[in-house]
Amino acid sequence: METIWFGISAFVLTMYVVLDGFDFGAGALHLFVARDDRARRQVLSAIGPFWDGNEVWLLAGGGVLFLAFPAVLASVLSGFYLAIMLVLWVLVLRGIALEFRSHLADRMWRAFWDGTFWIASTLAPVLFGAALGNLVRGVPLDADGWFALPLFASWTTTGELGILDWYTVLTGVLALVAIVHHGALFLAWKTDGVVRARSLVAARVAFPVLVLLWIAVSAATEVVVPGWFDALLSRPVAWAGAVLLVAGLVVSARARATGRDRAAFLGSCAFLLGALGATAAALHPVLVRAAGDASRSFTVENAAADPASLAAGLRWWPAGCVLALGYFALLFRLHRGKIALDDVDD
Amino acid sequence: MDDPLFWHRLQFGFTATFHYIFPQLTMGLALLVVVMKLAALRGGGAAWDDAARFWTRILGLGFALGVVTGIPMEFQFGTNWAAFSRTTGGVIGQTLAMEGLFAFFLESTLLGLLLFGERRLGPRRHFVVACGLLLGSWLSAYFIVTTNAFMQHPVGHALAADGSYQVGDLAAFLLNPWALVQVLHNQCGAVVSGAFCVASVGAFWTLRGEHADVARVSLRTGVIAGLVASMLVAFPTGHWQGRMVAAHQPVALAAMEGRFESGPRAPLAVIGQPDVANRTLDNPVRLPALLSWIAYGDFSADVAGLDAFAEDVWPTNVELLYYAFHVMVGLGTLFIALMGLATLQLLRRRLATTRPLLWVLALAFPFPFIANTAGWMTAEFGRQPWLVYGLLRTADGASPTVHAGATVFTTLGFAGLYFVLGVLFLALVGREVALGPHGHAAHSAPDASAHAEDA
Ligand code: HDD
Ligand code: HEM
Ligand code: HEM
Repeated sequence: METIWFGISAFVLTMYVVLDGFDFGAGALHLFVARDDRARRQVLSAIGPFWDGNEVWLLAGGGVLFLAFPAVLASVLSGFYLAIMLVLWVLVLRGIALEFRSHLADRMWRAFWDGTFWIASTLAPVLFGAALGNLVRGVPLDADGWFALPLFASWTTTGELGILDWYTVLTGVLALVAIVHHGALFLAWKTDGVVRARSLVAARVAFPVLVLLWIAVSAATEVVVPGWFDALLSRPVAWAGAVLLVAGLVVSARARATGRDRAAFLGSCAFLLGALGATAAALHPVLVRAAGDASRSFTVENAAADPASLAAGLRWWPAGCVLALGYFALLFRLHRGKIALDDVDD
Repeated sequence: MDDPLFWHRLQFGFTATFHYIFPQLTMGLALLVVVMKLAALRGGGAAWDDAARFWTRILGLGFALGVVTGIPMEFQFGTNWAAFSRTTGGVIGQTLAMEGLFAFFLESTLLGLLLFGERRLGPRRHFVVACGLLLGSWLSAYFIVTTNAFMQHPVGHALAADGSYQVGDLAAFLLNPWALVQVLHNQCGAVVSGAFCVASVGAFWTLRGEHADVARVSLRTGVIAGLVASMLVAFPTGHWQGRMVAAHQPVALAAMEGRFESGPRAPLAVIGQPDVANRTLDNPVRLPALLSWIAYGDFSADVAGLDAFAEDVWPTNVELLYYAFHVMVGLGTLFIALMGLATLQLLRRRLATTRPLLWVLALAFPFPFIANTAGWMTAEFGRQPWLVYGLLRTADGASPTVHAGATVFTTLGFAGLYFVLGVLFLALVGREVALGPHGHAAHSAPDASAHAEDA
């Protein structure tokens, strides 16, 4: 049952990346692909119906960790206290920028919120990527399962640890590029005209960088966590993830070149799903790796809540998840088709 | 300065208080918008539709603030109260996760449709969307209040071998009697807030002689809903809350009433200043035997005073608790009087011409927010020194590795950020009120409308 909840946690957080990822990516790009107010509103209309619901996947992920692995939630959130607060402020500013921008037609008002939205949308993927890098690299858990990390220390993965070191910065950059690529393909799918054309250029530029960075990070992971590839190879779920990842990359590149916008975006979704799925599979059964003393790591066995609580959760969670997926199916159906520039009213 | 516990409490209390300003508004307005749309559907006339549209716009603004200030709340359990989260996550994680899955997804899906989908959906389906949003927002209240009720009066849990609390009986936890009473009282309080805002804007427009039709229906809805909700908040729901506290947190009740000595025929303190050092209530005005009746339904019942309890289980801030409780109850009484008077004038068809009363209504809107905040402070200070009543002390719940300096720094950050948000929110709402129900120019129509309306 612990492993079921591990799977659920990984699933919910992956959904979060895939879904909120496209609106973060769109936000990181919109200053460049949409140069005037009308085009900006075209971009915002494309993500408008979705972003709030997308963000709920993060809350749902927090909830799942809270109920199934409370020790992990408690240790990680308090151990990264300042970084988490930074993430929270970024999320607050982003939501406010999206909601407030439209209320005044004033040029400076809109420019201000566009800038805020851009900064927040760019910063958040870097922070999330670095966070994942931290979990893979390991954190200095003490005997009671607590830790506190400074923002940076020696920039190495073996000496005095900090949240940022060469490896976690690299994973942060990889996350940003992957999200920009993802958002660009989303915008290409959901818009027309200049915005679509520029988004396709952005995706084309991001693609090789993404592939190279992916290879670099994979190699770096083997250096930071010796035995990482063996772990991947020994887990069939990780193979499936790897296949999905490669297939997603190939499909997204080919579909982009041939103008099949939706297939290209779905390819990028598959890439993210595969990448995160493989990472989760390689980590299993470890949830948070202890740097140094491996016996202190949080695993699905020692960090899970009591079976009684896990069983109670399983009684209602599947129904709630089906409902949530249903709402999303409905949303995507209601908002199918492209937002044409001509439809954005003056 | 260097006690992390103090700063964790301040930070959590401040962010929760600020967050709750917005949900109480949106939960109250969601109900009133449904009422207005129902009146419009039943042939009440265009004014009801215009009023519903105007209040939906305000609801949207409040919702945006509620969402962005709610997201930090969810994570502060882990950042600030890590030991508490670890100990009780198996239990309260259930309701927190349910809130996301069953309430927030529903709300976030429907909000866009409510704000931008009217033309496309048509009146009936748009009405259904409004009902769905009402359901979603009240469901989130149920889940979060049930979480809080576990902290006030833990039931349905079991102690695990490692010292953590786990689900013992899920149904008992979800049907915690404290939660049911608290939800009812709390939702009535939210409707009071929504109703006062609607009445206030209606009175403002009436005073200025603007938007006569929409002003009239707003005034009518706000005043009637305000009266009904204010009465329900006091009786029976406030009364039930009092009984709950008497039954399960008698020491909190004693502190709320500034009652230092035990005894039968306990009076209700209406006014007075608690002096904890000398253990007296100074300058009191008391109603004899009423507290005995409120707490136990019997005028001669024995009500324990603080002297009946060891000092280490006294609420940590008796004075603030006392004042918070009296502010809530005092305001609640005034609300009934004000809305009762306004309803009387409404029924005599003189409300629109009773200018002094309109002035009072126009200026009264902040007070339900104060009452709701005071109510939560009563609940939260009354719970002290426990984080989970009788099971876990607040001092044992904080994050062990977070330094006080970090919490001071982020508290200041929240204060600055939320100050700006609050100012912007007030400015935007003020602008909507000034523009009036028809003043929403096309060029400032929210972005997503482009797609929704042209599809
Ligand atoms: C408009 C807001 C409002 C008004 C006018 C009142 N209340 Fe209230 N009260 C609340 C809004 C509220 C609240 C914000 O909803 C609280 C905080 C926690 C909760 O569940 O409800 C609350 C808590 C609360 C508690 C504390 C429960 C605890 O310690 O956990 C009691 C005993 C009462 N109420 C009783 C009353 C009485 C007798 C009132 C008589 C007029 C009254 N309230 C008016
Ligand atoms: C929205 C209305 C609420 C307000 C205004 C509010 C206010 C406060 C205040 C003032 C404190 C500080 C108490 C002290 O230091 O003595 C506090 C603490 C706390 N509250 Fe609330 N609260 C609200 C709702 C909730 C809910 C719904 C929950 C749980 C789901 C909750 C959980 C907590 C926790 C965990 C603490 C910290 C521990 C403590 O000091 O007891 N609060 N709150
Ligand atoms: C202190 C504990 C609290 C936490 C952790 C919390 C958490 C949250 C979160 C994460 C959101 C954003 C949801 C989204 O993205 O759609 C939210 C919004 C909301 N919260 Fe809270 N909340 C707390 C207190 C309360 C209380 C006491 C109530 C009401 C009784 C409440 C009612 C709502 C409602 C109705 C919303 C929907 C948005 C809105 O109407 O503004 N919350 N809350």
